[in-house]
Amino acid sequence: MLFGQFKKVCVSSVATLSVLAAGMLSAAEVNVYSARQENLIKPILDRFSEQTGITVNLITGGADELITRMELEGANSPADLLLTVDVGRLHRAEEMGLLQPIESDVLTSQIPEQYRDADNHWFAVSLRSRVIVYDKERVDPAELSTYEDLADPKWAGKICIRSSSNIYNQSLTASMVSHHGEEATEEWARGLVANMARNPQGGDRDQIAAVAVGQCELAVVNTYYLAGMLNATSEDQVEQAQAVAVFWPNQDGRGAHINVSGAGVSEHAPNREEAIQLLEYMVSDEAQTWYAEANNEYPVRTDVPVSDTLASWGEFKADPLALDELGIHNAEAVRVMDRAGWR
Amino acid sequence: MTGLLAFKTAMIKHGAIIAIIALCLLLSVPVLTVFSSVGASSGGVWAHLADTLLWDYIGQSLMLMTGVGLLVLVLGVAPAWLVTMNSFPGSRLLEWALVLPLAMPAYIIAYTYTGMLDVTGPVQGFIRDTFDLRFGDYWFPQIRSLGGAITMLSLVLYPYVYLLSRMAFLEQSVCVLEVSRTLGAGPWRAFSRVAVPLARPAIIAGLALVLMETLADYGTVQYFGVSTFTTGIFRTWFGMGSSIAAAQLSAVLMLFILVLVLTEHWSRSRARYHHTSSKYSRLPQIRLVGVRKWLALVFCAMPVVLGFLVPFLQLAYWAWDTRHLVDFSAFSELLFNSLRLALTAALIALVLGMFISYAKRLQPNLTMRSSVRVLSLGYAIPGTVIAVGVLIPFAWMDNSIDAWMQQRFGVSTGLIFSGTLVAVVFAYIVRFLPVALNTVDAGLSKIRPSMDDAGRSMGMGSWQILRRIHIPMLRGSLLTASLLVFVDVLKELPATLILRPFNFNTLAIRTYELANQERLTEAAASALMIVLAGIIPVIIISLSISASRPGHDART
Repeated sequence: MLFGQFKKVCVSSVATLSVLAAGMLSAAEVNVYSARQENLIKPILDRFSEQTGITVNLITGGADELITRMELEGANSPADLLLTVDVGRLHRAEEMGLLQPIESDVLTSQIPEQYRDADNHWFAVSLRSRVIVYDKERVDPAELSTYEDLADPKWAGKICIRSSSNIYNQSLTASMVSHHGEEATEEWARGLVANMARNPQGGDRDQIAAVAVGQCELAVVNTYYLAGMLNATSEDQVEQAQAVAVFWPNQDGRGAHINVSGAGVSEHAPNREEAIQLLEYMVSDEAQTWYAEANNEYPVRTDVPVSDTLASWGEFKADPLALDELGIHNAEAVRVMDRAGWR
Repeated sequence: MTGLLAFKTAMIKHGAIIAIIALCLLLSVPVLTVFSSVGASSGGVWAHLADTLLWDYIGQSLMLMTGVGLLVLVLGVAPAWLVTMNSFPGSRLLEWALVLPLAMPAYIIAYTYTGMLDVTGPVQGFIRDTFDLRFGDYWFPQIRSLGGAITMLSLVLYPYVYLLSRMAFLEQSVCVLEVSRTLGAGPWRAFSRVAVPLARPAIIAGLALVLMETLADYGTVQYFGVSTFTTGIFRTWFGMGSSIAAAQLSAVLMLFILVLVLTEHWSRSRARYHHTSSKYSRLPQIRLVGVRKWLALVFCAMPVVLGFLVPFLQLAYWAWDTRHLVDFSAFSELLFNSLRLALTAALIALVLGMFISYAKRLQPNLTMRSSVRVLSLGYAIPGTVIAVGVLIPFAWMDNSIDAWMQQRFGVSTGLIFSGTLVAVVFAYIVRFLPVALNTVDAGLSKIRPSMDDAGRSMGMGSWQILRRIHIPMLRGSLLTASLLVFVDVLKELPATLILRPFNFNTLAIRTYELANQERLTEAAASALMIVLAGIIPVIIISLSISASRPGHDART
C-alpha cells in the first residue's frame, strides 16, 4: 500500500520533471566541445547566436581529453559538435565511433573534397601548413628544397624544431610515413635529430625567435605562428619574425604538408539539426574570413581571400595526401620518433 | 543495561569506522580505476617503451626528484630554523614572506623565467647588444633543461617544507633544546642533532608533498623538454592513442610513491615523535650580529626574491604592457569562479582530512592505514589522469541511473553529475586531500596519546577530546591544511579543464589558454590575478602559525 503510493509519487514527480525539462529544452541550443581555445572561437559562436537565436554552450580543452570525455559520457553525452585543431584527432574520434556522417549540400559544395572526410564524418574549416623558415642573412634559399633534405648533413647543428610530443610534428612525420614508409622515415628522423641545434624545447614561436638570434638557421613551424608574430603588438616579436623568411617545401614534388582545424557532429548529438546549422555557418563568407584571420590561418574555401600577411608569402602547392592518412599513421610516427631519439 | 550501552557505543564506534573506511574507498575510486588497468593488454606499447624511452623517463624523473628534494630541504628547513630561532634584519618580514612563492603556479614561474632568461629573452639580448656578441660567443646557463626544471619546481614548492618544518620548530618545547645546550651542544648541534630529528615527521611530510607534486607536474617539464614519466604518460596516451598503457604508466608512478612512503615509514621504525615535555616558554631568539646576520638575511631572502618577487614583477610588467589587449570585464567572473571552487574544496578537504586523520589515530589498524595510504596517492598523479579516473565512475553511475530510469519509467535522466561542479570538486578532493591529511597528521602525531588518556579519565568521549583538546592544539595545522588546499585549487588546471560544465571558466584556464597559444605576455594579467588571489590566504597561513605556538598568547 505504502509502496504503491510511493511509486505513484515517484512516477508523477518524474513526469513533472520531464515536462519541466522539456520546457527548458525548447529553447534551441547547441553544445560545442572545442579544442580551439575560447578567444579564437567564442566571437564567431556569439555571432551565430545573434543571427539564429540558438544558444551555444562551450567547453574548451585538449582534443584528446574532450574525446575521452565524449567516449565515457557515451549515449548521454551532451556534445553536439566536436571541434579540433588537427585532423589526427578528428580521425581518432571517427575511429572510436564518436562522430556521425552528415549529408549537407552546403558543406560538400563549399569544402574541397580533399578537406573533408570521404564519409562526411568531419569537415575542415581552416588550413595551415608546416613550413621551413630560414635566417634571411645566413641562409641562401636556393640551398633549401624539401622536408627530406632537412636530414642532409649539410644542416648539421643548424635546425630548431620543437618536441616530438607536439601534434604538428607527429602529423608531419605521419605524412612522411605515408609517403615513404616507416623505415625510410626513421632514417630521415635520425638525420633530422643529428642536425638539431639544440634539444627540442618550447613552442613554434620560440623556434622562430631562436633563428632570429642566431641559435639556429632553420626552423620548422606552422604558418600561423609566424603570421601571429608578424602581427604581434610586441616590437621584439615583430623584429624576430622579420628576421626570417618562409620557404615552401617540396614545391617541385608533392607540395607542402597541410593540417586543418575542423569539426564533426557527435554520434549521439541531442541537437543534431542545430549542430549542422552551426557547421554550415562556419563555412559562410563571414565566418570563414573571421575564423581564418583570428588565428592567421588559410580559409578552407578557396574563394575566400586570405589575410594580407599570408598573401605576402605567395601561392603554394599543397600536399594532396588524404588527411585521414595523418591520423592513421600517428602512432607509427610517434614510435619512429621515439626510436630516432627525437625528444 | 550497561551491556546494551556498551553495545550501542561499540555500534557507534564501528559505524563511524566503517563510514570512514567507506569514505576512503569512495575517494580512492579514481586511483583504483587507474590501477584496474594493470592487467589489460597494451598492445606492445611496453615493449616499444622498454626499447626506447622508458629508461630515459625513469632516469630523468629520478634526477628531477632528487634535485628538487635536496634543493627544497636547503631552501625550506634552514630558513625555517633561522627565522624561528634567531633575529636578524628583516627576519620578522621574511617569516611570512618565505611562504609567498606558494601562490605562484609552477608552469607560470617556468614561463616567466624562460621569457627573461632564454636565448631570445631580454637578459641575453642585453648581453649580446652590450658586448656586441652573437649567440654562441658567450656562456649562459640554459633555462629550459633538467637543471632549469629542478630550479623552477624547487622555487615554488619549498614553502611546503618551510611551513611544516617551521610549524614543528615552533611547537618544539624549548626545554628539550635547553637540555641539549646544557649537555654541551652548540646551536648548530642543537639544530642538527635535536631539532631536525624531532621535526622529522613534519619535514618528511612536507618533502613527500613536494616530491608527489614534482612527479605529477606536466606543464613545466613539457615546456622545458624534459622527458619525465609524466611526459611518457601523455605521449603514450595522446600520441599512440593507448589509454591503457598510459594508465599503466600512472599505476607504476603510484607504486613508486607507495614504495617511497613505506620505506620512509619503515626506516623510522618504531620511533615516535611526541613531545615529552609540555613546558613551553617564549622562544629565546638569538640576536645574530656581524657578518652572520647579513648571511642569514641573504640566505632567507634569496628564495623569496627568486621564487616570488622577480617573477611577480615580471608578470606585472607584462600585464601593464598588454593592458589594452586584455578583456578585464571577464575577470570578476573568473575570479569569483576560482574563489568559490577553492573555498568549497578547502572546507571539504579540511573536514574530511580531520576526520580521517583522527579515525586513523583512534583505530590505527591495517585496514584503516592502508585505505588512507591509497587515498594519499592521488597527489602524485597528474591532474588529467585523476580527471579521467573521476570521469569513468561518474559517467558509469549516471549512465546506469539513466538506463534504469528508462527501463523502469521510460524517462531519461541523462547525465546527472558528470559535467557539473560536483565532479570538479570531487576531483579536487581526490587530488588535494593528501595535502590536508598530511598536514593534519603531522600536527596530530605530535600530541601525545597520554593527552587523550587524560581527557578520557576526565570522562570525555572521543568527540569531546577532539573538540576540546585536539582542535585547539591543532588550530595552526588545521588552518594551514585548508589554506594549502585553497591555494592548490586556485592554481589547478588540468582537472578543471576537462571536467568543468559548459561556459565555465577560471583564472587558471584563461591563463593557460593564452600561454598555450604562445601569447605569454597577454597571459600575464590573469596569471597575476591567480597570484594575488593566493597571496592573502598565504599570508594568513603564515601569521596564524606564528600565533599557534603552544604557550604563546596571540595577543601579546
